[in-house]
Amino acid sequence: MLSAEADVLVIGGGMAAAWAAVGAARAGARVIMVDKGAVGTSGVTAAAGPNHWWVAPEQRAQAVTQRLGQALELGEASWMHRILSQTWATLPTLAGFYEFCINDAGNVVYSSVRGPEYMRALRQYVESLGVRILDHSPALELLLQRGAIAGARGERLQEREAWEIRAPAVILATGGCGFHGPLLGSRTNTGDGYLLAAETGVALSGMEFSSQFTIAPAFSTMTRAMSYVYATYYDASGRVIEPSGDSQKLRFLAEALLNGPVYCDLARMPQDIRDRLPYISPNVLPVFRRQGIDPFQDKFPIALVSEGTIRGVGGLTLETEDCETSTPGLFAAGDAASREMVTGAVSGGGAVNSAWALSSGIWSGHAAARLAKRLGRRQGAVERSGQAGLRPAGQPKPLDEAALKTTVRAQATDFSTTYFRDDASLTQALDVLDAQWADIRTGLAGGLRAREAAALTATARWCLTAARHRRESRGIHTREDFPTQAAYLARRQILRGVDHIESNFASVVEIAA
Amino acid sequence: MIELLFEDLCTQCNECVTKCPSNVFDSVPGAAPAIARQDDCQTCYMCEMYCPADALFVGSDCEKPNAPDPAEIRASGWLGELRRNSGWDEWAADPQYNNQIWYMGEVFKRGLAR
Repeated sequence: MLSAEADVLVIGGGMAAAWAAVGAARAGARVIMVDKGAVGTSGVTAAAGPNHWWVAPEQRAQAVTQRLGQALELGEASWMHRILSQTWATLPTLAGFYEFCINDAGNVVYSSVRGPEYMRALRQYVESLGVRILDHSPALELLLQRGAIAGARGERLQEREAWEIRAPAVILATGGCGFHGPLLGSRTNTGDGYLLAAETGVALSGMEFSSQFTIAPAFSTMTRAMSYVYATYYDASGRVIEPSGDSQKLRFLAEALLNGPVYCDLARMPQDIRDRLPYISPNVLPVFRRQGIDPFQDKFPIALVSEGTIRGVGGLTLETEDCETSTPGLFAAGDAASREMVTGAVSGGGAVNSAWALSSGIWSGHAAARLAKRLGRRQGAVERSGQAGLRPAGQPKPLDEAALKTTVRAQATDFSTTYFRDDASLTQALDVLDAQWADIRTGLAGGLRAREAAALTATARWCLTAARHRRESRGIHTREDFPTQAAYLARRQILRGVDHIESNFASVVEIAA
Repeated sequence: MIELLFEDLCTQCNECVTKCPSNVFDSVPGAAPAIARQDDCQTCYMCEMYCPADALFVGSDCEKPNAPDPAEIRASGWLGELRRNSGWDEWAADPQYNNQIWYMGEVFKRGLAR
């Protein structure tokens, strides 16, 4: 077994995790990062091209006002201002590791970065600060001492050994949950952090805001949205499907897909953009070519891919502006945390979510380093907090982990439980997921695969339970049986519990600065 | 998903073993790495990007393997295209491959303005 001690342990390997490690290391902490995949290639940022919410100081008041309106009474101006100013100050500090673009006018563009290079640069930055990185080393459970965080333990997949790291501060930056679907780069985002934290008593918020979808060529993972501003959609007979309502919303495609396959071409993309595309997003066109498709001429079948809680909103509730949770010493950053403060009831898209991931990473890193200095080492006896998939309540029995994951994907991403849900469809899906959860709790024992199946199932239960309790439509949470927004529900929905889930609605109260 | 590893091109640097975020490859002493867990591939193309020898091919079907013909893939010109179009390594000095991600915002603006 690998045993180690750190001031701050960062769990995760995407952009929030990397910025958290930067924040902690720059504040003088000894930092260890553990990631299920590999820091630099893990997660949804590495395979994409994130934009950051990037607004000059003099334009921020207006940008925040606009965003608050879109947030439908669940956003908070103070958090929006904080992520704008933190991102503005911090992103350019990557310049020694990332070559920011110069636009045609000769100006440096900081906001848009290419994922593989960005995450490669962040890894180099983290390494330059002396952070120890353990790749392919998923965390399986948190360690507690008298109710406070004391570290974590997990597996090293390539060395085939366990690890245990003691730390008085732990940052969960494990990403959101893509429900094991084809969203690019999301396969390892199985909701692990939600389960790890919830087992120590941390609540979740905003989980009902998870009906967010994006377009991909069917059977592919290419969920990058940019090209589809030039899309034309067709039904099986070749008739054009016109967007209804807001052209940015994809609900009309979900309606069309219920009636049969939907096809698309990109014939309206101007030639100069086609020529530039390989150097904007190198991974887009090969996906088509490798299936023998010319997307500018041929009609190709599309799918709507769930973005789960990644481009959705929900996650762990935070108690402080430093991103600490209700478990002392446990912090959450990026998509592991609820983003309702900055996005409200709608998706933050890539830009707000990236600004949030960077900012919450830096804040949690700084605060975790400060806390660790105050607390010192975590020695002595600890409790292991992991339950589902690790320590079954009954006799271990053989359960097919791949089948468990397939069930989660089917129940949590079906249009009947996302775009077109009602009490009946949600109850039906929850019956399936609750039964699966009971099986997991009773009999599933194993390592990473079992734990992933448990975390996926738990996350789907939280999302659909929250959807059932919010009896209105607001933002990306829509209900067929409650199609309008209810004024009395301009409140956050807090879920507590892993086995039995309790829902409470709480007023939006801004955390005092 | 990951389909092919061309052993004659592979330099056994094991970058794919290190970089794959879903741990698909196993290193093999004295030989090219093995595609040990093809089912775990998440079709993110990271291994292709990081392969300095252009010895890997990821098919764009993420649901199932399609066993493409290695000779056809070798002749396709696809090996190494992601790394080249990204301007990595030996392509870094060629201005044709400059990173133009900044133009993403313009693409959205122009598209939505129509």
